[in-house]
Amino acid sequence: MGTNLKGQIVMKNLVLKGALAASAFVLLANAASAATLDDVKKKGFLQCGVNTGLPGFASPNDKGEWSGFDVDYCRAVAAAVFGDATKVKFTPLSAKDRLPALQSGEIDVLIRNTTWTLSRDTQGFDFTGVNYYDGQGFMINSKKLSGINSALQLSGASVCVQAGTTTELNLADYFKANKMEYNPVVFEKVEEVNAAYDSGRCDAYTTDQSGLYAYRLALTAPDDHIVLPEIISKEPLGPVVRQGDPQWADIIRWTHYAMLTAEELGITQANVDEVKNGDNPEIKRVLGQEANTKLGTDLGLTNDWVVNIIKAVGNYGEVFEKNLGSGSPLKIARGINAQWSKGGLQYAMPIR
Amino acid sequence: MASQDITPVGKDSAKVSLLNDPKVRGYIFQAVAVLAIAGLGYWIVDNTIANLQRARLATGFGFLDGRSGFDISSSPFLAYSSDSTYLKALMVGFLNTLTVAFAGIITATILGFIIGIGRLSHNWLIRKLCTVYVEVFRNIPPLLVIFFWYLGVLSVLPQARQSITLPFNMYLNNRGFFFPAPVFGDGAWLAGVGLIAGIVGALLVRRWAHKRQMATGQQFPVGLTALALIVGFPLLALAIKGFPLSFDYPVLGAFNLRGGSQIGPEFMSLFLALSFYTAAFIAEIVRAGIRGVGKGQSEASHALGLRAGPTTRLVVVPQAMRIIIPPLTSQYLNLTKNSSLAVAIGYPDLVAVGGTILNQTGRSIEVVAIFMIVYLSLSVLTSLFMNWFNAKMALVER
Ligand SMILES: N[C@@H](CCC(=O)N[C@@H](CS)C(=O)NCC(=O)O)C(=O)O
Repeated sequence: MGTNLKGQIVMKNLVLKGALAASAFVLLANAASAATLDDVKKKGFLQCGVNTGLPGFASPNDKGEWSGFDVDYCRAVAAAVFGDATKVKFTPLSAKDRLPALQSGEIDVLIRNTTWTLSRDTQGFDFTGVNYYDGQGFMINSKKLSGINSALQLSGASVCVQAGTTTELNLADYFKANKMEYNPVVFEKVEEVNAAYDSGRCDAYTTDQSGLYAYRLALTAPDDHIVLPEIISKEPLGPVVRQGDPQWADIIRWTHYAMLTAEELGITQANVDEVKNGDNPEIKRVLGQEANTKLGTDLGLTNDWVVNIIKAVGNYGEVFEKNLGSGSPLKIARGINAQWSKGGLQYAMPIR
Repeated sequence: MASQDITPVGKDSAKVSLLNDPKVRGYIFQAVAVLAIAGLGYWIVDNTIANLQRARLATGFGFLDGRSGFDISSSPFLAYSSDSTYLKALMVGFLNTLTVAFAGIITATILGFIIGIGRLSHNWLIRKLCTVYVEVFRNIPPLLVIFFWYLGVLSVLPQARQSITLPFNMYLNNRGFFFPAPVFGDGAWLAGVGLIAGIVGALLVRRWAHKRQMATGQQFPVGLTALALIVGFPLLALAIKGFPLSFDYPVLGAFNLRGGSQIGPEFMSLFLALSFYTAAFIAEIVRAGIRGVGKGQSEASHALGLRAGPTTRLVVVPQAMRIIIPPLTSQYLNLTKNSSLAVAIGYPDLVAVGGTILNQTGRSIEVVAIFMIVYLSLSVLTSLFMNWFNAKMALVER
């Protein structure tokens, strides 16, 4: 009997140890997995974190179809990976939730007007480039505050701002540096910021300038509001991935360069199939038509990855004009987002 | 103990093996279970820490002494700026949580008692009004009540230039409630001394009046006397010093009223919503408590010649308190926890400020751990206090 009991206990211990070891293995295995590309391929779609609703960058229509500049970047990545731009699911994320969502693995990539900063870069993330150079500005109701035409006149104002943004920090710095006072009115959700500004709870609204133009369109009387001329910060916005997966970071990075390169070379959504078979060696190389090319496969993709991207969304200029520029209600000029050769900052590394 | 008992097992086989003794077996199993759970717990914690560190998710609380870099709209008790540390920002948020919870608990209790008693009123109109109140507020989620106040009431108030003017230089507009702030000059400290003297005096009078009533049955207007003492002494002190007190009045600035003191619409709507919402639940608890007091009690009181008011106040409510306090405690805890809905309207409570810190530093695990510790401690403290209060209110057998 005694041994029986001992045996039972030993058995129990064994089972327990086994269970412990098994779960330890699962946990460790989980922690070690880093190959996002394999995960995405296995899942069959890309999970892309985007804005909850920033017209021009990412917003759903009433049928739940997403459109926007960042959304097209998500589609471009899906096209590069699957050759099919529809294999993407969107996760709308508020300013506060976006980085934790990426960290926890809920999304594969975050393309949501996120500013590249040193502290974010060292919090376990990697920025793969800058798809939109922005800067922070202020918007006021020029009807109510008719005498004001500079941000330097805002001392004493209440300023609406969204929590968890670089915006919030730049705001504090700017007013401090210029020895002005202000009263921050901070909300977590952008709809609340918009509503508070629209109802007159604040005198000024501050965020990235692109955002100001987008949100102005949604105010009750857009024409009453002006964006003040000062740009108080640099906001390089770009895609973010988890740190520690260089292959995946490369894919996102070169998707952006592919779109820029296509614009430089005059490759468009309409002519890509045609120029593919032309005889310009650079275009042929970029589009994977060079004999025995390994450019795409070395990246972990197929050699026609750039063709797939451009067919799906178009080149950088096309995506810009459609969502933010002349083809959109926002009518934002290319400005510093022009190609380097046209006086802008967009500069693709060579695809070769 | 155990080892001594077990040694004879092999020698004395006539005795039943101790391992078959249900008691000993019980101990062994318990010990194994405790060890297993402790081991599992250690393993989970150890593994989690290792994995979190690998994913750069938890690196300790050292970041709290870094410069916060953001401003907070309301910090009535601490001097805070973007140069302060994250720790200080958290303190500001914590004090804001305490302020709104404390103010809310007081108001909800008063309101809840009035409405709860009103539901038992003999007056049909009062009874029905109180019932409607309870049914309406109990059946709306607290977040909606907050939005009702914030968006429905306070944000439709006029702009700063068209502020509603109230007596004594007080103003109300969509930026909040503005009132003159007292500025104390030289010698104003005497008023503080006067106030303390007034309070002590009031307590003494109360004790004396109680003794006298017990001895002679004669009553004394304690409330009025106390009020006179508490207001009168400081006033007297100020008069002696030649009124060294002035007021900073709110005046219209470029954007808003400046100067004076200000209570923002965010605080007001959160405070009003939490008070109104929780009052509905407290009213039900009060009603149930009063119902729980035997009918004979009030009949006996009436028979002694006490009218309805004193009967409720002196006979029914004190007994009902024993039934009321335990569930009241959980309402207080609910109110405190509901105050974290502040984020929705931008009131900088602990969760809102902590959320910002979490986002700016990426230290999610640490910040959430702080949330848990703070709310747990608040709950435990509230419970301890209410338990003490409950023991005090318990029926003392004579
Ligand atoms: N670029 C800034 C700000 C980005 C940001 O969140 N902007 C706001 C205002 S334009 C926004 O998009 N909010 C939408 C949301 O949170 O749902 C950052 O990375 O912190």
